[in-house]
This record gives sequence, structure tokens and C-alpha cells, in this order.
Amino acid sequence: MDAIFLQILNGLDKGAAYALIALGLTLVFGTLGIVNFAHGALFMMGAFCAVTFNKLLMLSTKVEDKSVTLFKAYKEQPYLEIWFPDAGPILLDYAVPLSILMAIPVMILIGYVMERGLIKHFYKRPHAEQILVTFGLAIVLQEVIKAVFGANPIPQTAPDILAGSANVGAWFGMGENVVYPWWRLVYLLFSGLIIFAVFSFLQFTTYGMVVRAGMRDRETVGLLGINIERRFTIVFAMATVVAGLAGVMYTPILPPDYHMGMDFLVLSFVVVVVGGMGSLGGAVLAGFLLGIVQSFASMTEVKAILPGIDQIIIYLVAVIILLVLPRGLMGRAGVMDD
Amino acid sequence: MTKDIKFDFSRRGLLKAGAGAGLVAATPSIFMKNAWAEEFRNNPGNASEIKLGFNVPQTGPYSEEGKDELRAFKLAVKHLNGEGDGGMLNTFKPSALKGNGVLGKKVTYATGDTQTKSDAARASAKRLIEKEQVLMISGGSSSGVAVAVQSLCQEEGVVFMAGLTHSNDTTGKDKRRYGFRHFFNAYMSGRALGPVLEKEYGKERRAYHLTADYTWGWTQEESIKNTTEELGWDTVATVRTPVGAGDFSQYITPVLNSGADVLILNHYGKDMINSLSQAVQFGLREKQANGKNFEIVVPLFSRLMAQGAGDAIKGILGTTNWNWSLQDEGSQAFVKSFGAEYGAPPSMAAHTCYVQTLLYANACEMAGTFYPPEVIKSLEGFEFDGMGNGPTLYRAEDHQCFKDVLVVRGNENPTSQFDLLKVVEQTPRAQVEYDWKIFGGELGPYKV
Repeated sequence: MDAIFLQILNGLDKGAAYALIALGLTLVFGTLGIVNFAHGALFMMGAFCAVTFNKLLMLSTKVEDKSVTLFKAYKEQPYLEIWFPDAGPILLDYAVPLSILMAIPVMILIGYVMERGLIKHFYKRPHAEQILVTFGLAIVLQEVIKAVFGANPIPQTAPDILAGSANVGAWFGMGENVVYPWWRLVYLLFSGLIIFAVFSFLQFTTYGMVVRAGMRDRETVGLLGINIERRFTIVFAMATVVAGLAGVMYTPILPPDYHMGMDFLVLSFVVVVVGGMGSLGGAVLAGFLLGIVQSFASMTEVKAILPGIDQIIIYLVAVIILLVLPRGLMGRAGVMDD
Repeated sequence: MTKDIKFDFSRRGLLKAGAGAGLVAATPSIFMKNAWAEEFRNNPGNASEIKLGFNVPQTGPYSEEGKDELRAFKLAVKHLNGEGDGGMLNTFKPSALKGNGVLGKKVTYATGDTQTKSDAARASAKRLIEKEQVLMISGGSSSGVAVAVQSLCQEEGVVFMAGLTHSNDTTGKDKRRYGFRHFFNAYMSGRALGPVLEKEYGKERRAYHLTADYTWGWTQEESIKNTTEELGWDTVATVRTPVGAGDFSQYITPVLNSGADVLILNHYGKDMINSLSQAVQFGLREKQANGKNFEIVVPLFSRLMAQGAGDAIKGILGTTNWNWSLQDEGSQAFVKSFGAEYGAPPSMAAHTCYVQTLLYANACEMAGTFYPPEVIKSLEGFEFDGMGNGPTLYRAEDHQCFKDVLVVRGNENPTSQFDLLKVVEQTPRAQVEYDWKIFGGELGPYKV
């Protein structure tokens, strides 16, 4: 039972990342009708916002390391620690959560430039062309990051206070072996908050209502004198911010590298398709579902019966779901049916 | 129109030709060392320079090792050409190296990126051989890569001086005449680590293995499992994980309820950094199981990994090929030289690559030629000292190097930013030697 509970937590954790990326993908597809293959790259760009922020905080001077005697060695000492001996280390410790402050405006800007500069020219073009151009853009972004930051993953650490693990078992009256890292729990909570915020925005604000109306029937909303294109641009920027924040907060779990977006993109598209094209709820549901399925497939007992199943389970489940429900879990009729 | 061909031999001419042929046949072989000049791949002939190929992981999960390997190669080239302080050229014995290049030719190099992938490494090595026309290939930080490149080098007739490769297969079932390994292997890690594990953790333990799913991981798992089971430990499970998995949480959570009290991480490079950090995040270091402290063992350690893993590495046992803290003359000379050049001590990957380059150069000097079969014969059974870890042998039968093996522990009280591993024991060479036949394989021919 303990083992199953832990795998569910693991699955939710993984699923949270899938769900956040898939949510953005679906939002863009539902509003703009764009199949955005650059969305994974936005997740990666968010992660590199955290890296950049950390690097800015860590700007250092070199001081001689006198403990090394065989040769002249230097160690880096951040200016922040020199100038603010008390506050500096605290700021450095909280670099990842603080980088959200930088990621939000940066991701809005990236989203705005991307939509106005490129994506808008492909609104009425076939999906195949959209896929080609956005995939090309993803490769460009990837190579830019590789050129600037190098090819290797850059580890980011969670604040010290969240570095250990929580005794989750004690909360639910389970065994003492049910422990889970604090930062992963924070990520889960954070994802839940973001998903809630996006749904609330669309459901409970007038702005969101217009966007939803536009998703249903863009022309009629336009005929009412509403500039739906502008609103969609803002929705695109919002999707960009969601992907970016998902990336920022994921950095202590997985050290970011230039390729991380591609790794998540393929799985996120599977999530979107399984959830149902254009369905926000479907994307979230499928994200968590596939995360949990993948986690269970990694269990030793399962792998003993089906070796290597953890590598293919997501695709296998996707095939089965699409065979039974061709529009996905919550797909609507008429979306991408042609 | 035809021209009459006329053979006009005079008796005197015939005698002269016969005398000339006799003289050539009677010439001592020392004057004929370049007689096979045209018979081997990338023969430098009369060129004033030779080129060596350094094929290292510049990207991928083992790229930190790759960077350090490249630094070491560059330093070795510098020293071979008589620049710098000479490093281990001053301590290596018996040595035929003079610091004037190799066989009087200046050493240059070309580099390749293995990407820590066998197919990419093979393609990169092929480019180095065909386009860059290198005489020897060295480097690499993965056994999968080493086996693939070694096999290519055998086909191409180019000597391969392996970099970091720890799988038993490299000099076992996949050994090749053209491949040489200075690094120790998983079997030797097991032999060295076993007594220390028994002393530290006792005879009644239950071990859970997480293993990188490729040749190195499999052989290390097998070797460590055999060693610990000989001690009396139970093996609870052996779980394979994909290389570069990044997030190991789904593999670590089952450990918590498995009944195991030791986690053995058969991972290397960034995989090891991630899996160890995540195991610590999941509270395994603070855990009690079966009435004992839960322990984590990393059978193959490196300082670079320790650096990446930060505090997670403290107190963890493993083995290493070489460590910069060794006090022998050769190690100190190398650390001094490398440190002065790059501002940090060399890793074990760097040490191996530096030594391999010098050993190849020395073998050419000893053979008096670059002709690979003669260079190989010089390396086979070669005994040397002054390159760290005490007297060392390149065994002729399988091209495996034998020297002392270091058992290390993540340093809990480091005295400097580089003092991350503490040598617990220097296991004597005799304790890790084995019969070469146990791993099978055939070296193959000298001439290809």
C-alpha cells in the first residue's frame, strides 16, 4: 500500500509537468488553432530564466584558495555575499523561487514577440505548415540556448528549507517509509495553483468568457465588435508564461539543458491528444493520468513481468484510449476531425 | 606502330644488380625500420608532424569527464613536444620519451565528440581516422563507446588507447588486439570494495541495485553483486534504469519499501549525480532499515561526480582509478603541472587519458616505428612505474592494466574545494588480479 501511494505521488508529480505544458498547448490550439511545436522550447526557456537569474545573483570575483598548496587555485565568491554578508546568502538560497519574478515578464515578452512576429502569419495556413514552422522555431531556440549556456545540464538547488523530505506517511497514518521530497510537493502544489488560476481566469472573468466565446465561434465574437485577435495574443502570452513557470519550478527536480523542451514536448502532445484536442480539462486529466501510469510501469514488480514497459507505456495507453475514444478523453466533436 | 623491346643484359650489369640485391637483403633490420612504410593506415611517412585523435564526450551525461580528458590530452601533447614542465615525463620509467615529439616528429591532435553515444562515437572516430588521418585514437567516458570505437579501430588498423571505461567486457569478451585499457574494471572494483564493505557494514545486509542499462552497468552490477553475495549479503532487487534518465524518482521510491538496507548505485556521471542527489532527497541517508542505518554505495566514483553531487556524496564509499591526493612522485608531478595549467587538479579521467597518450608515444619510441603491430607488441606486457598507483603492468593476454586500486569515501571534512574524496585504502595490485580467461573473448590479429 505504501509503495502504491508513493508511486501515485510520483505520478502526480510527473503528471503535473505534463499537465502544465499540455494546458498551454491546448490553450493555444483552442484559441488560435495553432499546433505549436515550439511549446516545449518555452518550457525550456522558462527553466533557463531560472538559470540566468541564478547566474546574475552569482556574479563573482575570484579569490585565491590558499588551502590548495600544489598549485595556484582560485575560488569564486559572489559579490552578493561580499556586499550583503547577511542578506546575500539568503537571496542565493532562494534563487529558484525568486526567478519566477524575472520569468513572468520575460516569458510574456517572448510570447508576444513570437505570436506577433511569426505565429500570426500562420493562422490560416494548414496544420502541417504550422507544425513545420513551430518545430523550426523550437530548434532555433534550442540552439540559441546551447550556444549561450552550453550543452550540459546546469543543476539548480531548492532552498535549504525545502531540501529534505516530508514524512507524508505520518500525515495519512501510513508507514514511516512513506517520505517524499519537499520540493516535489511544492511543485505539485504550485502546478495545482497555476491550473486553478488558468481555469478561474477563463471561467470567472469577463475577459475569460470572451476568450471562451472566441474559442467556440471566433467570427461571431468579431462581429460583436470585439478585437478577438488581441485577446488571443494575450492568451498566447499566458500559455507562454504557464510553460515558462512550469520550467522554472522544475529546475531543482531536473537540471535544465537545452534539450529538455523536446523531451517533454513529445509526451505533452501525447497528453493533449489523449485528453482531447482543444479540451483544457482533458489535457490536465490526461497529464496526471499518464504520469501515474508511467510511474506504476516503473515498479520493479511490473518490470519483472514486462521488462522495458516503463519506456513505452505512455504510447501504449495512448493507442488504447484512442482506439476506444477516437476524440480522446474529453475531446469535442468537430475539433481536428477533418 | 610497335617498338621493339630489347633486353640487353651484360655480364657486368647482372653482377652489379646481384650485388645490390644481396646488400639490401643483408642490411640489418635496424636500418629498415620504415620498410613497411606504405603498409599501414595513416602512415605519416616523411612528414614532420603526426596527428593523434582525441575522441571525448563533449556533450551528454558524461561530458564533464570529457572536458577534463581533453585538458589532459592537450597537456600530454605539450609535454611530449618538450613544452611546459614535463609533468610525468620526468617520473615515468622505463621511458624512451625525449620531449622532442614522437620519433622526432611534432605531435598535433584533432578532437571529436562521442556525445556519450556509441554510434556517434564510432562516426566521430571514423572521421578522425579518415579525414584527420590520426595515428591513434584515445578518450571516451563510457564502456559502450569504448567497445564500439575499439572494434572500429581494430577494423581500421589504428591503435585505440581507451579512456574511461570500467566494464569487464572492454578487455573481456569484447577485447581487441588494437585496444588497450589503462583504467581498472568492475571486477577489480568489486575485489577492492568487498573487504571494506564487510568491515564497515558487516556480513548481514540486503542490497538493492539501480543500474545504468548498458554494458558497463550490467558488468558492474554483476561484479558487485557477486562480491557482496560472497560476503553473505542478500540481493533484494536489481533494477535497470535508462542512461540519461534525469529524474530517477520512480526508481528510488520502490527502494523505500523493499526491505533493503543498502542502495548500490551502478550509475556514473550525471546519472549518478542525479540518482544520488534524489536518493538523498528521498531521505535514504537518514533512514533506518532492518535495525541498521541505511547506506548508499557508489562502486565507481570520481572527483568530478563528487563535485556535482555536493553534500550528498559525504560519507559514501566507492572505488576510483586514481585520485589527485596520492603522494607518489608521478601523481604529484602531474597534479602540479595540470593545476598550474588549468587551476584545478585533474580527475581520474584526465589522469587516464594523459597516461594513455604518454604510453602510446613511448611504445612508438620503443618500437622505433608507428607501424601498429610493432607498437602493440611494445605495449603488450609492458611494466612501468612513476605514473601513479605504483608499479603497473599492461597484461599481454587481454590488454588490461593492473595497478593498485583506491577505495575512497566522500570526504566529510574537506580541507579545500577539491578535497572531496578521502582514500580509505590502497588495495594492492595482487588482490585485484585475475585469470584473463574468465571473461573470454579473442584479441584478434596484429595485422589487419
